[in-house]
Amino acid sequence: MERNFVTKGRTMANRPLSPHLQIWKWGPHMTVSILHRISGDGMALVGLSVLLWWLGALAGGPESYETFHDHASSWYGMVVLVGLTWAFFNHMSSGIRHFVLDIGAGYEIDTNRTFSVVSIASGIVLTAAFWAVILLS
Amino acid sequence: MGNGTSIGRVRGLGASHEGTNHWLMQRFTAVGNLVTVLFLGISLALLGDYSYASVAGWLSSPLPAFMIALLLISTFWHARLGLQILIEDYLHEPGTKFGAILLLNVASFAGAAFGLFCLARLVFAGGAA
Repeated sequence: MERNFVTKGRTMANRPLSPHLQIWKWGPHMTVSILHRISGDGMALVGLSVLLWWLGALAGGPESYETFHDHASSWYGMVVLVGLTWAFFNHMSSGIRHFVLDIGAGYEIDTNRTFSVVSIASGIVLTAAFWAVILLS
Repeated sequence: MGNGTSIGRVRGLGASHEGTNHWLMQRFTAVGNLVTVLFLGISLALLGDYSYASVAGWLSSPLPAFMIALLLISTFWHARLGLQILIEDYLHEPGTKFGAILLLNVASFAGAAFGLFCLARLVFAGGAA
């Protein structure tokens, strides 16, 4: 067996693949993981762009801020802002879950499943609470 | 999983050749993001009035300006590290991967610098354009 690894003819591409997505039974820990990536990379690409537009518009003065404000308060602007708020609270919740896992806790199957479901739910609940404060005050 | 060879343990760099630096920085900046983005979110939610005078006035005062400067550094750093993982996971050709990570670094530094410049202009010009 060991001899195979030093044979020059064997390239990386010929190595056997590890079991991939389709072989696993779907569980909440997989959902929380992919949502962590989607919300994080979504904020990196969309969220930081909106942040820079907001700061650029403010630095440009009242007129450019007015343009930003019109787009941000339109229906599509609200979709983006609510989406970014969800992305933040979701990423925050699963990020805190990561800190718990980092100290070596929460790997038992039942605990892990519970943390995963709580993490996804708290992202949605915090988003709803945040917009309730803005819209109801 | 083993603990690597003796020389590998002494060098402490592992398969990534950079040790735990990426992993640790991702967590340090995560804490920075937690504090600064919550500050921004809660402040904006409580602000209520989103007119130019109100928002520019808030952002020009010392504590918000300081916190948003930290937010820019922390979030762009964190985003750079996170998008690097995305690139490393999905781009497998070495040249493409190198090019994408190069562009990512340029965009991250440029984005953070632009944000800090806009903030400085707003704060030091007293909001006047």
